Amino acid sequence: MHNPQLNADGELQHLLTLEGLPAEIIGRILDTAVPFVSIAERDVKKVPLLRGKAVFNLFFENSTRTRTTFEIAAKRLSADVINLNIGVSSTAKGETLLDTIDNLVAMNADMFIVRHGQSGAPHLIAQHLSATNRSHIHVVNAGDGRHGHPTQGLLDLFTIRHYKRHFRELTVAIVGDVLHSRVARSLIHGLTTLGTPEVRVIGPQTLLPTAVAALGVHVFHDMRQGLAGCDVVVMLRLQSERMKGSLLPSAGEFFKHYGLTVEKLKLAKPDAIVMHPGPMNRGVEIDSAVADGTHSVILPQVTFGIAVRMAVMSILAGN
Amino acid sequence: MKIEIRNGRVIDPKHGIDRKASLYIAAGKVAAVGEAPGGWHANRVLDAAGLVVCPGLIDSSARLREPGFEYKATLESEVAAAVAGGVTSLACPPDTDPPLDEPGLVQMLKHRARSLNQAHVYPIGALTVGLKGDTITEMGELTEAGCIAFSQADAALADTQVLLRALQYAATFGYRVWLRPQDVHLARGGVAHDGEVATRLGLPAIPAFAETIALDAIFELVRATGVHVHLARLSTHDGVARMRAAKKAGLPVTCDVAIHHVHLCDVDIGWFNAHCHLVPPLRGTRDRAALRAGLVDGTVDIICSDHTPVDDDAKQLPFAEAEPGATALELLLPLTLQWAKEEKLPLSAALDRITAAPARVLGLDAGHLAPGADADVCVFDPDLHWVVAPSALRSQGKNTPFLGLELSGKVRYTLVGGQVVHEG
Repeated sequence: MHNPQLNADGELQHLLTLEGLPAEIIGRILDTAVPFVSIAERDVKKVPLLRGKAVFNLFFENSTRTRTTFEIAAKRLSADVINLNIGVSSTAKGETLLDTIDNLVAMNADMFIVRHGQSGAPHLIAQHLSATNRSHIHVVNAGDGRHGHPTQGLLDLFTIRHYKRHFRELTVAIVGDVLHSRVARSLIHGLTTLGTPEVRVIGPQTLLPTAVAALGVHVFHDMRQGLAGCDVVVMLRLQSERMKGSLLPSAGEFFKHYGLTVEKLKLAKPDAIVMHPGPMNRGVEIDSAVADGTHSVILPQVTFGIAVRMAVMSILAGN
Repeated sequence: MKIEIRNGRVIDPKHGIDRKASLYIAAGKVAAVGEAPGGWHANRVLDAAGLVVCPGLIDSSARLREPGFEYKATLESEVAAAVAGGVTSLACPPDTDPPLDEPGLVQMLKHRARSLNQAHVYPIGALTVGLKGDTITEMGELTEAGCIAFSQADAALADTQVLLRALQYAATFGYRVWLRPQDVHLARGGVAHDGEVATRLGLPAIPAFAETIALDAIFELVRATGVHVHLARLSTHDGVARMRAAKKAGLPVTCDVAIHHVHLCDVDIGWFNAHCHLVPPLRGTRDRAALRAGLVDGTVDIICSDHTPVDDDAKQLPFAEAEPGATALELLLPLTLQWAKEEKLPLSAALDRITAAPARVLGLDAGHLAPGADADVCVFDPDLHWVVAPSALRSQGKNTPFLGLELSGKVRYTLVGGQVVHEG
């Protein structure tokens, strides 16, 4: 299938999904991110790679963390950053998604960072730019519906590689609401592309997509079985509107079956790491003792997230 | 006016005719096939050498968008598209705005269509007022106004008690009911087939059993009421299996499939191609294979275009927000020919699915070329290749998953009631 995020030379033109992204490109992004981690520790936290470039943060859906980390990443690359909370501006006045894009292009945007509630919105924007001969403008998917969140997937991969060195012998469990999770989909594609031998998803049938096994994962409904022997445990956020209703009876019952506790974590390998894309619901998907415990790498994830986003933006700007 | 369509390959599936012959038309009717009637003198001769001469196509579902959605398409634009595609009769579903639930609306539609003097338009009336699913419509009045059947279009009835009563009422007077089998609750919010593609793309899904559960319920109600039900737009493997069993058991049921579902499946959605956002959703490859097998063995009676013109603005949105539907009146013939070629079917068997079979289901004396029949005729070049492009389509709707595809089969002449209404 045609991969709309690569240009004619096979280089990264947009970052829309980790599905079908070649392992070499993923590896290059992760390698590029390594020196960016140390930039954050310097007094002057800036490099001039995106000087003079206009990066538009286009958030059609509310987000604080992702938008902030993209903003910091772009600023550390010396770009001019414009934040737009579209959810409360133009679309409320009836402007279509592509009209908004055309207007921002007219303001000489170089890169769009897009968060949208609908799966496929960043693809639509990239196709529109390509169809109107403006494909030099890059699109970065910052989360679209349930589909993908590739920079989150990349920062998760970066974190795993940082602590576990390589992927070839790992067992990774992803726990919770996989059905609605773009984070899970992106991470699964990234892990399988890099050759992770065992990727597991753990959750009740109501929160797993019907054909999830076709993504190359092993399905567990019993968390204790699923955690056995894991090197990496990734907990997913459970949206509050899904805690009660026909998907789940209550947050309490969810925590009982699928919340990560110190006791359950003992079933994983002794040196297992625990990850979470944030923001966490303490006492719903994860116990505070785990979130703040020695296995947790949740805060380093945030730090690495900035470096990974810097890597993505600098690579795109160079192509 | 006497017209002679000379030396074409005349195919009349209903009467098993497939031979090189001339077709003689006089006073709007078929006068003869093969031998010229005594004292024949044609006012006009259409040279059909190398062309196929068949009954005008009958499309069991084409949305004309009137009344209410004239910005998407109009009766003028869509009947012009119909005859350009060789379609001489079409049934239009009631999901207009307002829905076709009052005799006045139906009369107006019939009147406007007649005044255009092109394809015959057969409205399908709303089964319930406003398609809302609680009050049944005046089916008697609507039938007198010109409705040939009653349906809920895509607004499937959630309330099975209302459905039972609607079917009982229709059965009492012998009206036909068309239902699209889909469980409302299981389909809620879904935009794609519940399978690998929807899982990958993170699209809200509609499980295949949303169709079979609805079919099982409908078959039970058919058993209870004896009403003739036509199942519209079958989409699943198990749906075809249920249909086959129901027909074997002697239930008075028929069904159709949209031409898109004969050729496409969910994989064609690719990276969120909104042209493939259709209702019902494109299913898996196994479902498509079953639909095709059902068409070959007669379980599926009809191929329809399910023509739904959608404007560009409504399609240039993220997949789930894009309006479902595709333009198809002008693609029904070439895509049916393509299917026949792929399945190595005789042309006559393929054309049956878009001529004689829909005539039977719609209860029309049309779709054949026996002497005395209305001279609704399609003359096409089966070997002429053309590329599907917006400029090649008469329909106001330009959106179709087949854009850019080269197809063979182009209509050269369309006749309605013995008059040439399209020359291509």
